[in-house]
Amino acid sequence: MDITLILFLILAVTAVATGLGLLLSRSAIYAALFLVLNFATVAVFYLVLGAPFVAMAQVTVYAGAIMVLFLFVIMLLGTEKLPKGTVLRWQRPLAIVAAAVLLAEAGYLLLERVRSTALLSLPSAEVNSMDSLRQMAMMLFNQYLLPFEVTSILLLVAMVGAIVLTKQEKGEPA
Amino acid sequence: MIPLTYYLVVSAILFAMGALGVLIRRNALIVFMSIELMLNAANLTFVAFANEYGVFTGQLFVFFVMTVAAAEVAVGLALIVSIFRTKHSIDVDQMSSMKG
Repeated sequence: MDITLILFLILAVTAVATGLGLLLSRSAIYAALFLVLNFATVAVFYLVLGAPFVAMAQVTVYAGAIMVLFLFVIMLLGTEKLPKGTVLRWQRPLAIVAAAVLLAEAGYLLLERVRSTALLSLPSAEVNSMDSLRQMAMMLFNQYLLPFEVTSILLLVAMVGAIVLTKQEKGEPA
Repeated sequence: MIPLTYYLVVSAILFAMGALGVLIRRNALIVFMSIELMLNAANLTFVAFANEYGVFTGQLFVFFVMTVAAAEVAVGLALIVSIFRTKHSIDVDQMSSMKG
């Protein structure tokens, strides 16, 4: 068997297993750590697919910044585990059936689309990472300059929104 | 060289697991993490197609999705903290009243 295929299978099994861990773990901390591992395996997928910048951004932004924010909030609220409450009995089987239907639909659509557009295939890019990084930067700062600037405004708005939402009102008990 | 379809299958499985997590979990934080898992699955599809067709637009889209996800997490976690202050719980089943 091909070495890249073995690597892919290990990564795929890890990704699916950590996703299952996220679904099944009782504690929110464990779920967050499973998700960090999932993001790391997806970052390796990106490296294999010749997207080193996206892989590094995945590790720093997702596995770093976003998950640390999650862990801070989990520890701040002190709600690692929810108390046992009344659970809707039909909710879980119905959700599993709905997710299975979604998986079947997504798989069918993606695979069918791939088969029908296989003729569109362009010559694949050279995997030289510095070259791909340079080309990506050229596109980002020429063709996609306006969306790039709009994301800065979006991040500013999100920052202001988060501060306003968590601000204590005057005279309100903490 | 791994065929494109393998990546798409992994991506579809991850997306369905994220949707399942949104449906069955009651902890608002874990529901949020499941949404991140779904975004991540979509990103994997983008990068897989970008690699297959040899264009960089897919990778740029992943960049934009990441910034939107970061903004979404900041605002969403602020909302969860704010809800926890008033209701002292982050159980999504208990967030059924419009005001309270």
